[in-house]
Amino acid sequence: MNDKPTMKKTIKAILYLIPALLIIGTFSFYPIIKSFFMSFYTDYDYFKDLVFARGLDNYIFIFQDPEFWKSIQNTMIFVIGVVPLSIIISLVIATFLNQKIKFRGLFRTIYFIPFVTSVVAVSIVWRWIFHSQYGVLNYALGFLGISPIKWLSDPDWAMPSLIILAIWKGLGYNIIIFLSGLQNIDKQYYLAARIDGAGAWERFKNITVPLLSSTTFFISIVSIINSFKVFDEVFALFGGQPGPAGSAETIVYYIYNKFYGEWNFGVASAAAYVLLFIIFIFTLIQLYVGKKKVNY
Amino acid sequence: MKIQLRDITMRFDNVTAVDRLNVTIEEGTLVSLLGPSGCGKSTTLFMLAGLYQPTEGELYFGDRLVNKVEPENREIGMVFQNYALYPHLTVLKNIMFPLKMAKVPKKEAEERAREMAALVQIDHLLDRKPSQLSGGQQQRVAIARALVKKPKLLLLDEPLSNLDARLRLEMREEIRRIQQEVGITTIFVTHDQEEAMSISDKVLLMKDGKGQQFSPPQDMYDYPENQFVAQFLGNPPINLLSVKLRNDLQTIVLPDTEDTYQLDSLVKSYVDSNSKLELGVRPEDFYIEFDLAKAGITVEVMMVERIGRDNLLYARLGQTNLRAIVSPDVMVNRGDMVKLAIRPGRTHLFDRSNGKNLLH
Repeated sequence: MNDKPTMKKTIKAILYLIPALLIIGTFSFYPIIKSFFMSFYTDYDYFKDLVFARGLDNYIFIFQDPEFWKSIQNTMIFVIGVVPLSIIISLVIATFLNQKIKFRGLFRTIYFIPFVTSVVAVSIVWRWIFHSQYGVLNYALGFLGISPIKWLSDPDWAMPSLIILAIWKGLGYNIIIFLSGLQNIDKQYYLAARIDGAGAWERFKNITVPLLSSTTFFISIVSIINSFKVFDEVFALFGGQPGPAGSAETIVYYIYNKFYGEWNFGVASAAAYVLLFIIFIFTLIQLYVGKKKVNY
Repeated sequence: MKIQLRDITMRFDNVTAVDRLNVTIEEGTLVSLLGPSGCGKSTTLFMLAGLYQPTEGELYFGDRLVNKVEPENREIGMVFQNYALYPHLTVLKNIMFPLKMAKVPKKEAEERAREMAALVQIDHLLDRKPSQLSGGQQQRVAIARALVKKPKLLLLDEPLSNLDARLRLEMREEIRRIQQEVGITTIFVTHDQEEAMSISDKVLLMKDGKGQQFSPPQDMYDYPENQFVAQFLGNPPINLLSVKLRNDLQTIVLPDTEDTYQLDSLVKSYVDSNSKLELGVRPEDFYIEFDLAKAGITVEVMMVERIGRDNLLYARLGQTNLRAIVSPDVMVNRGDMVKLAIRPGRTHLFDRSNGKNLLH
């Protein structure tokens, strides 16, 4: 495997790589690059593919657009609402599923189902759960003496509803990853910790959490990126609308709306690049923190 | 702390891993649990640790019945086979961990951890992570961590099996030194007889979950209670000859040749002259007897092998092969007939039906 690359070998390798490269190139790289250029088109004929003028107008426009700022704010609230809660809940469930319990396989399947089910189908069920008059959620809250909440039609409650749906939807994936991480922890450490006088909570805090840090790190990166890109849930839960009075409009919904709703490709591309930049910054911060915290 | 096991039994489904074990371990002694793999020695250790609960029987630490006490409340320290050092903590933090769990103030905990590190001679490695240590160093850290909270009982689960031969010798002496310095009751699990013989005050030899003999190591070697104990200890292993006993309870009839040999003493209990017996003699208890008038077993020399300081003689009596360690200045050759005599008091006679030693 240490041979030097030769011309023949390189050509052979390229031949193997070409089919995948073609597909990725056409559907990923080309659009990425094209949309980067499009974000600078200020005067453009879509049908004839003619560009009359380029400039920073699109970027100036979105930064002056209150709707864009609102969508960034909503996305931030969504990320902050979903990621930490989702990680904590899935870690707790994974820890329980990792114990010796009856029907463990069944529980694992149950928790994984949301992840493999279509967002649209799931959202229809949740629209019914959230229904202000007939929904089970309000029905259950009624027992606690809480008066019905207009989950989907009150602008104050639209975002919490969306967060609840997203956490529930993402649990299965996180749990599976956490479970595999938990199973990689040598049981001897728990035995040793018990002998050293650590109770269940101390063992969780001092053994499980630190030894799981690389898994947690991976999950946090993936779920932050996914949460920034949230769109399907919004679209399906609010019936194609960004929530009542735009209260659940996220960045990707804004991009979608500019592109398909207003056919404003330049602005949509510019917004997409701002999103990319935000995710990039967050990932850099995480990598920096991760390097300090995860290594052992 | 004095440890008492009374009729301790451990069953997993249908397998009885430990079967009615009765042992009393005196305070401050080092006891080895010895036996072939699967004999129940590790299970016994795990019951002492509280990681398993005995199915039957009573386990006492001092006067306290501890059957149902969780490991975290037993005041024990344990060294695992692969050390189980916490990989995310430095050596110092590893040693401090039991104290942190016991809510010892941080400053005091660090002081005590440093003291303990000095005792096991790793005080120069305190800032390293376990992955940066050699096997022997990890071993020392594991011992320090086990001892730092001043437990009443120290458990060692095959602690030397992951070390190379030279280091094993060194750590063996270290464990003995530390144990005597601290004066802690210690239980040491091993499958290596030499380890058990050299380190322990007393050895508990187990087989198939049953205690075979519990005695000081030299007693166990010299006076095995049964055939298994005699065969398990010693290298090269003990010689066994199928023999018969005459009605005078002192004359032995050797196999094939029908020669006889007089025992030093009478057998302890009456034995039917038809019952099958095994004569056991350790290789080093044979010597070559040149005086034709004296008693001995006449054998044919097959081979003489010189290994280090030993002169090992392979001989044959009828169909049975024998090994004897003889003086190097005796010149014998292949095919010679020699007479092997047994040092006084060194014969063992086992009843083949139950393995019991009939002489000691």
